[in-house]
Amino acid sequence: MNEPEQKRIEQLLKQSLPPVGDQAGAELRRDLWPAMLKRLDDDARLAAVPWFDWALLATVAAWLAFFPGAIPVLFYHL
Amino acid sequence: MPVLEQPSLGQPHDVLQQFCQGDLDAFEGLFRQHQSAVFGWILRIVRDPAAAEDLTIETFWRIHRAHARFDPERSFEAWARRIATNAALDHLRTARHDTELPDNLASPPVPDPDVSDDLRRKTARAFQRLPPKLQVAATLALIEEQPYKEIAEALGISIGAVKLRVFRALRLLRKELRRQGIES
Repeated sequence: MNEPEQKRIEQLLKQSLPPVGDQAGAELRRDLWPAMLKRLDDDARLAAVPWFDWALLATVAAWLAFFPGAIPVLFYHL
Repeated sequence: MPVLEQPSLGQPHDVLQQFCQGDLDAFEGLFRQHQSAVFGWILRIVRDPAAAEDLTIETFWRIHRAHARFDPERSFEAWARRIATNAALDHLRTARHDTELPDNLASPPVPDPDVSDDLRRKTARAFQRLPPKLQVAATLALIEEQPYKEIAEALGISIGAVKLRVFRALRLLRKELRRQGIES
């Protein structure tokens, strides 16, 4: 690709996708800290579940996958 | 690694130390100080304000998770920009197939009468189909006209590698436009 051709493609690209960085609306319209806090809280809540609860859940899921007939039994005992 | 060679400017060193130790107040201070800049950087890459807001939160979540790995002697801004670029690249990799162009493309600051709306649309679509790594380099260098040094730092590659990616992006774009019968 020669230089004039490269310049032409560059110009075409600039015409097709104008820069957004300096446009109106490129500014952040709201404070994102409350959303950030929520994300951190959700993360902390998930991390707060002890590992053996996850292990128990995985065991039960595997058990039900191998023995689907046990599903009604499980529901009866719940 | 070519990034982060300057100590962080704009925030006291002890705030960065506290952030490294997992202090939430220090993290909040850094978040409030840098959220606009991170949002602006991501917006330049993904060109969608709603996605850029989500990715800003994703970026700071990654920053918070990696707090212990941050070196307070280095630039927080450059580190954040690097993480933001990675988050935006991940977004482009997953979202590129289902992203539709808006009906009305934004008008260029100085419209060229020789470039029709149809040609602009086809070019924009062809550009969206480029591999994300090439797309990001070309977007930041050619469309947003960011300094090559900053782009290189944000992508974690050399300036030469950025130029190569930009060149490959233009070559692929020309090939795709020619395939569609558009001569540049």
